[in-house]
Amino acid sequence: MTAFLQFLLKGVSVGSLYALIALGYTMVYGILSFINFAHSDIFMLGAFFAWRFATAFQMMQPSPLGAAGLLLLAMAGAAVTGFLVERLAYRPLRHAPRINVLITAIGVSLLIENAGQLIFGKSVVQFPTMAGLSDATFALAGVNVRVIEVVAVVAAFALMLGLQWLVYGTKIGRGMRALSVDHQVAGLMGIPVDRVISFTFVIGSALAGAAGLLVGVTYGQIKQPADASWLLYGLKAFVAAVIGGIGNIPGAMVGGLVLGLSEQFVAGYVSTTFRDAIAFGLLIFILLVRPSGLLGRRVVEKV
Amino acid sequence: MSSNNPRRFGVGEALGRSLLPVVIAVVVALGIDWFVPASSYAEKILFDIGINIILAVSLNMVNGLTGQFSIGHAGFMAVGVYASIVVTYYGGYALWGDVGKHAGLAGAGIYFASIVIGGIVAAVAGYVVGLPSLRLRGDYLAIVTLGFGEIIRVLLQATEPVLYPSEMKDVGSFARVFHLGGALGFSHGQSYNTLAWTWTAVAVTLLVAYRLRTSTHGRAFLSVRENEIAAEAIGVSTTRYKVSAFVLAAFFAGVAGALFAHTLGAGTASRPEEFNFMKSFDAVIMVVLGGMGSISGATLAATVLTLMTEALRSVQDYRLISYALLLIVVMIVRPKGLFGTREIWELRQWKRR
Repeated sequence: MTAFLQFLLKGVSVGSLYALIALGYTMVYGILSFINFAHSDIFMLGAFFAWRFATAFQMMQPSPLGAAGLLLLAMAGAAVTGFLVERLAYRPLRHAPRINVLITAIGVSLLIENAGQLIFGKSVVQFPTMAGLSDATFALAGVNVRVIEVVAVVAAFALMLGLQWLVYGTKIGRGMRALSVDHQVAGLMGIPVDRVISFTFVIGSALAGAAGLLVGVTYGQIKQPADASWLLYGLKAFVAAVIGGIGNIPGAMVGGLVLGLSEQFVAGYVSTTFRDAIAFGLLIFILLVRPSGLLGRRVVEKV
Repeated sequence: MSSNNPRRFGVGEALGRSLLPVVIAVVVALGIDWFVPASSYAEKILFDIGINIILAVSLNMVNGLTGQFSIGHAGFMAVGVYASIVVTYYGGYALWGDVGKHAGLAGAGIYFASIVIGGIVAAVAGYVVGLPSLRLRGDYLAIVTLGFGEIIRVLLQATEPVLYPSEMKDVGSFARVFHLGGALGFSHGQSYNTLAWTWTAVAVTLLVAYRLRTSTHGRAFLSVRENEIAAEAIGVSTTRYKVSAFVLAAFFAGVAGALFAHTLGAGTASRPEEFNFMKSFDAVIMVVLGGMGSISGATLAATVLTLMTEALRSVQDYRLISYALLLIVVMIVRPKGLFGTREIWELRQWKRR
């Protein structure tokens, strides 16, 4: 029972991180209908920005206020990168076939990874230890829970709620929803298409940057920028978005949790070797059985 | 054009037309093999170029000719690697009670068998991957192929350690197939490969790809690429052709894997880790830069990129950055790749447009 509870908690915390990254994929897919492969690299950059700023300001053990500052800096850095990627690489291809955009996205992803190697070095680095977060634990029903995992869950939920409000409660959110229906018509209705798309990238990237920092704090150290594990983490987040129903914000959360929990239970009860295969197995299953995802609406293909 | 009144071939002419290029290729490949000193740097580069050409040209059958976007090609290559190693290693033990290199006809025979079986097993994997492609397109298909590649890698990592000849008795002859070395890799591969084998395989791949493009089946592939709904409407079974494209491409990726597996010196492990999505991306870059749908473009891109990889080995970090930049710039400036869907010898036709 203790083991079960442990897997459950771990699954929820990993799942929330997947969900946080999945939000960025799902927003971009909802509006531009393509997989932003570079999103996983922006997530990676979030972790490295936090680490770099921490070393630059000598805040390897930041106070809670400093940690919040690092979080903001990581989110800002990721947001700027996301904005530049959209502006320089994706916007020139706005009317190109989707395959070309996908290939460009792969190119951007490789570019950020390898440029990251040059800038941040090629070794595993120790992440700043946040007082009251990194090592602190408390007991719950006989299981040791790490504070950071709870924080990750709460942060993911809070950001998701904030995003839900942004999309359904604000003017720019209405613009985003209009774009997801039809770009041309949205433009005719006076929606500044390019600006809304840029905004979407900025928000999604900032969330990914936050996820990068949370992942760094959770694991205590981060691998080199071009390590395949970053892309794999990002792709799993995309899978989470598909499971929940792409373009659907609560769906990203549901998908993240489903994926995180199944991974932890398989790793715990079957074998850790198969953990990486679970995500793609689930993806194929969902796409075959219910292509629109758990919470998605069915779309009829038009000629 | 002669399409109004197709000329019929006699059996002799048909055989000649299909076999003659292969015979020429074998002779040329043997010539290369004889000319290039064994274990030289030139030999290593020619191995790499040959294997990369097969990978790129086979991926081009799916991504270029049929217009489906697969980014899990390395998975099929991995299947070919392991299936062929099973044939030469465990098969060799079953036949001769010895896993070592067999010279002469026996060695050639088992190596040929391992290449073909590597291809066939990969083709079966291609069939399994091709099936979901019936329902998916574009980005979703891409991510599913990538996922399949990763699943293959994970399954290979979960296999048992390699058996030494002294341990073979303890395991049933069929169960040996599952002793592939796991994450550490298969460390007892034998270097059966020669340039003659590699370049004959390259020639066969190019021949099949080129003949395919101008055949009925190839035109069906092209019709799926150009407009799937229109193709379906005029009676092309898009499902069938999409799956056959995957199967064919996977077969040749398996062949490339078999060659790759037997190129390494004995004792060098081929680890499942090597065949992750980064390896698939390499093949994608070759196809995309060469031009999606251009066989000669893919060949040229594979050659140039392999040579560049060697030349820029000392500045490795900048090489990968420049590839990535090249990919982005080509997509923005020349969205169909350098040669688009045309072949290099069709250059003259470019001017007219």
